[in-house]
Amino acid sequence: MTKREQRTLAAGRTYYRQFNEEIRALVREGVTDFVIRECNGQRYLATALEGDLTFDIHGVPGQDLAAFMRGPKIRVRNNAQDGVGNTMDGGRIIIEGLAGDVIGYAMRGGEIFIKGDVGYRVGIHMKAYLDHQPKIVVGGKAGDFLGEYMAGGIILLLGMFSDKPDAPVAGRSLGTGMHGGVIYVRGEVPEHQLGPGLHAQPVDSEDLKVIGALVEDYAKELKLDSKEIMSENFVKIRPFSHRPYGNLYVPC
Amino acid sequence: MKAPERYYDFQKDISGCGIFGVIHKKRGLIPGEMPIAAMTCMHDRGNGLGGGFAAYGIYPDHAEKYCFHMMCDDDSAIEGSEKLLRAYFDLHHFEPIPTRRVLSIPRPPKFNRYFVTVPEKPVNEFSELPEEDYVVAVVMKINTSVPGAFVVSSGKNMGAFKGVGYPEDIADFFRLEEYSAYIWTGHNRFPTNTPGWWGGAHPFTILNWSIVHNGEISSYGINRRYLCENDYLCTMMTDTEVVAYELDMLIRKHGLSWEMAAKCFAPPFWDEIARMDEGDRELYTALRATYGPAMLNGPFAILVADNTRLMGLNDRIKLRPLLVAEKDDMVFMCSEESAVRDVCPELDRVWMPKAGEPVIVDLEG
Repeated sequence: MTKREQRTLAAGRTYYRQFNEEIRALVREGVTDFVIRECNGQRYLATALEGDLTFDIHGVPGQDLAAFMRGPKIRVRNNAQDGVGNTMDGGRIIIEGLAGDVIGYAMRGGEIFIKGDVGYRVGIHMKAYLDHQPKIVVGGKAGDFLGEYMAGGIILLLGMFSDKPDAPVAGRSLGTGMHGGVIYVRGEVPEHQLGPGLHAQPVDSEDLKVIGALVEDYAKELKLDSKEIMSENFVKIRPFSHRPYGNLYVPC
Repeated sequence: MKAPERYYDFQKDISGCGIFGVIHKKRGLIPGEMPIAAMTCMHDRGNGLGGGFAAYGIYPDHAEKYCFHMMCDDDSAIEGSEKLLRAYFDLHHFEPIPTRRVLSIPRPPKFNRYFVTVPEKPVNEFSELPEEDYVVAVVMKINTSVPGAFVVSSGKNMGAFKGVGYPEDIADFFRLEEYSAYIWTGHNRFPTNTPGWWGGAHPFTILNWSIVHNGEISSYGINRRYLCENDYLCTMMTDTEVVAYELDMLIRKHGLSWEMAAKCFAPPFWDEIARMDEGDRELYTALRATYGPAMLNGPFAILVADNTRLMGLNDRIKLRPLLVAEKDDMVFMCSEESAVRDVCPELDRVWMPKAGEPVIVDLEG
C-alpha cells in the first residue's frame, strides 16, 4: 500500500491551464487523492495522468476530462460535458449524472460508468488489445452513432435511468462501421436503429457472465441494485461476419 | 521525410464557437451580467475574432418603433445611411449607441441607433410593399448601397450588439451590463471559413429575428442564391446570415410554423420519412421537395429568437453541442452546462435535445 496524501482544491473560476498545472505540481510532490470543489468547466482535468490517483469532482468539469489517462479513478458528482475519457488507456471514471457527446472516443482501456443519459457518438473508435479491454456502461439512453467504428471492447447500454421516457434506448446508426467488440443492450433494439452489417442476437451464458461481472462493478460504484438491472433480457450487437470490411480496400 | 522531433508537443487552442441563450417566460428582466458571465465562462470556445449579443425588451419606451442599430466605418457612411433612413422612414429619435473605450477593442466602427416608423403613404420604389417587407427592403438597400454602413439590427424593442473581440470585451465596449432583457442570446466566435470582421460577428438579424450559430453552413452557396431570388441580399460574408433571412422568408412570408421551418433546416432522413405514417410521409416529402434549397447542410447548433420565443436546434446528426436547462421561469440553451451553472448553480432539469428536433420556449400569456 503506497502512502496516500489528500488535497482539496477549489476550482471556482480559475483558468484551466493554471489549475491543471497546480494539479500536476501536486502530483509530482506526492499528492494522490484530490477533492475538487466548485468545478466550473475547467477543461482537460486529469489529462494524461498515470498511476494510482483519485479525483473526487464536485461541480461540472469541462471538455476532455481524463483524456489519455492511464490509471487514475475519477468520480464526478454531477453531470459531465463532452469528450470524457478521450483516448483513455486505463483507470475508471464514474459519472453520477448524465454525460455529453463523444464519451470514450478511441478509448483503449479502463472503464467509464455513467448513471444517466449520454449524448451522440459515445464509444466511437473504441479498440482492444489482448487484456486491454475498454468498457463503457450507460445507465440511461444514448444518442445516435453509439459505438460507431467500434473495433474492440464492450459497451453496455441499460436504458434505465433516463430523463427521456419516450425516446428509444439508442439513436439511429447504432454501431455503424463496427468490426470488433460488442454492444450489449438491456431489453430490445428496433432493427432499423442498427447500422448496416450488424445484427442483434440473444445473449448466451458466456455473455451473461461478462454482463453480470460488469453490472456488479457498476452497481457498486453507483449504489444501484444489480439484481434489478439483471432482471431483464439483454441482446448483443455484433457484425454478422468476421472482418466485415476486410475486402473494402484490398479485395481477396 | 520525417516528422520534426516532438512534433506532438505544442501549445494549441482547440475550439469551436460558443452559444448561450436565456428566456424568462414571464418577461422578467434579466440583467446583462448573466449572459456576459456565461459567455465569459466559455471564453475558450472563441479566439477573439467575434463576440455578440441580442437582447429583447430593451427599448420599452420605443416598443412600437423599428430600432435600427447602425454600424458605420466613417462619417460619410453615417451621413449616407442617415440620409436613406430619413428618406424612407419617419425618424422619431436617434442617438449614438453608448460605448466605452476598451483597451481590448482597438479602432471600433461608429454605432448609432434610430427609432423609426414606416410613413403612412411612402413615395418611393418600395411604396407598394407591406410594412415589414418595406423595412427589409430598406435594410437591403442600406447594406448594398452605402459604402461602410451596415444594419446590425432592425427589430422592435430589441437590438444586436456585436463586433471583433471576445464576447466579454464586446459587452464591456457596449456597456451591456446597463441593459436588462427578457430574452438574451450570446455568441463567442471562432471563425473558420470567413473573415473575422465586425459585420461578420453574430448575432445576425432581420426585423425581430436574431440567430447565433456554432458550426458552419456548407450549403451557404445554394441558400444564398435561393434568398437572392427572393430579394434577400447577403452582405455580411458569414454563412450564418442566410439563416436570419430564411427564418423571415419561411415563417413570416410563407407562413410556416417554427417547427416546420426547423424541419426545412434539418429535414428527417429519407429512410425515416419512409417509416412515417401516410400523412407525415406526404408532408415531409413535400417539405423536402419544396424547400430543398433552404436546407442547411453542415454542422450547426443554433439559437433563434424573436420578441416572444427562443428556439434551439441542432443539425440532424448533432455535430455541435447543445444543452437545455430549466430553472423556475427561466430556460437556458447553451453549448456547455458549466456556463449555465456559472450563472444559475441550481437547475431544475438539464437535458440534451435530439438532433434535428427544435426546442421552442414561448413567453406566457
